[in-house]
Amino acid sequence: MNLILHVWRQKGPKEPGKLEQYEAKNVSPDQSFLEMLDEVNDTLIKTGKDPIVFDHDCREGICGMCSQVINGVPHGGQERTTVCQLHMRKFKDGDAIYIEPWRALAFPIIKDLIVDRSAMERIIQAGGYTSCHTGGVADGNAILVPKPVADYAMDAAECIGCGACIAACPNGSAMLFTSAKVAQLASLPQGQAEAAERVCNMTDAMQANGFGNCSNHYECQAACPKGISVKFIAKLNREYQKALFK
Amino acid sequence: MRILTGSVGRKILMSITGQLLIIFVLIHLIGNSTIFFGPAGINAYAEHLHSLPPLVWLFRLVMLAAVSVHICYGVMLTLENKAANPGAYAVKRQLKASFASENMVWTGALLGCFIVYHLAQFTIHGTPDVVVGMDAANRVDVFKMVVTSFGHALISLTYMIAMVMLFLHLSHGIPSFLQTMGWNNDKTIPVFSTGGKVISAVLMLAYISIPVVILAGLLKL
Repeated sequence: MNLILHVWRQKGPKEPGKLEQYEAKNVSPDQSFLEMLDEVNDTLIKTGKDPIVFDHDCREGICGMCSQVINGVPHGGQERTTVCQLHMRKFKDGDAIYIEPWRALAFPIIKDLIVDRSAMERIIQAGGYTSCHTGGVADGNAILVPKPVADYAMDAAECIGCGACIAACPNGSAMLFTSAKVAQLASLPQGQAEAAERVCNMTDAMQANGFGNCSNHYECQAACPKGISVKFIAKLNREYQKALFK
Repeated sequence: MRILTGSVGRKILMSITGQLLIIFVLIHLIGNSTIFFGPAGINAYAEHLHSLPPLVWLFRLVMLAAVSVHICYGVMLTLENKAANPGAYAVKRQLKASFASENMVWTGALLGCFIVYHLAQFTIHGTPDVVVGMDAANRVDVFKMVVTSFGHALISLTYMIAMVMLFLHLSHGIPSFLQTMGWNNDKTIPVFSTGGKVISAVLMLAYISIPVVILAGLLKL
């Protein structure tokens, strides 16, 4: 199939950017979206033009590096799918595809489709961990965790930190991302000791790094490639209220 | 104080003040519905209500405080949210956000304007349509005042539009306050979302029924 791509091109953080049009010819329906872009880039390089710069790593849907808004939806809108796992069979011959970077105040564009997501790292640095003594590996069964609790924590831990929730949020808020880590750690015995401190520090870091406030649109859950539920935001809100009285 | 400055803290204050205002909306509707019992109903209710001035003023002060906090933080959070999202997508497809959720600040602003007008009209009696008088039992004739004012189609229409704003504001506001208070999980999210819309629609229709009944001539002087 042949496609028309409208791709956001921007030389640097301070440079103005704009959508540029490219043709993707003879695209196989079995190709992934990133493989299609690779071929477009091959053509651009052969003709002496700058290739389209985009983030990618594992190409297995688990690393959270790929970050493109495709036709107005982060990761392209296929349920629980990252860009790298989106296949060209989802498109039709002659389709026009708009490809843009994550857009939020906290995500400055580095080049083309790559944004700086280190603000998310700073939220994690503020409390997305448990403090523990180093030493020998602890016995896996030393602290017993009931299965439903372990399942709940694992559902929250499924977050790959890609930032689609922030890109989709009309407020550029990082509540789903932050709440996934807060809920995961607050539900486990190892994380409960620092739960109050963690929720305060992580939400403060969210605010300090230019993310907006959650107003419960739930766009984040709809765009999340891992289906992280907004129930974790409710859990964060409960943890925050508990922290207020500590 | 974290609750006054934090991202989540300020939302909790929005939620608590929003809940107080929803309780007021319910109490006010129950009070208003005494109009269906004629002058004897609403005039007696109004006299009873105003027979305890300290309680009335305490209630008014709590409501004023709740509205002020709700408006201040609503505007502050909205401005921060606009700044956090440059909103420059060439193509953007909404997946879940609704007209109501995206326009909370505007439906809220229109409701705020309506509250000022409504107080000027029926509490301060400062609008030209208001007829102030006493009934046969020497009580303030609220029935005559309301029926006369709502007899003007434009005044009734303004009221109905304000109630549509109330519906939009609460249809997102009710599920939103439950989420912000943390009283939510996977099972309750769809229930609260639908329940919020149903409760808001019932409130809107109940409030609108008063001018409709008056305009239809079913309640007359």
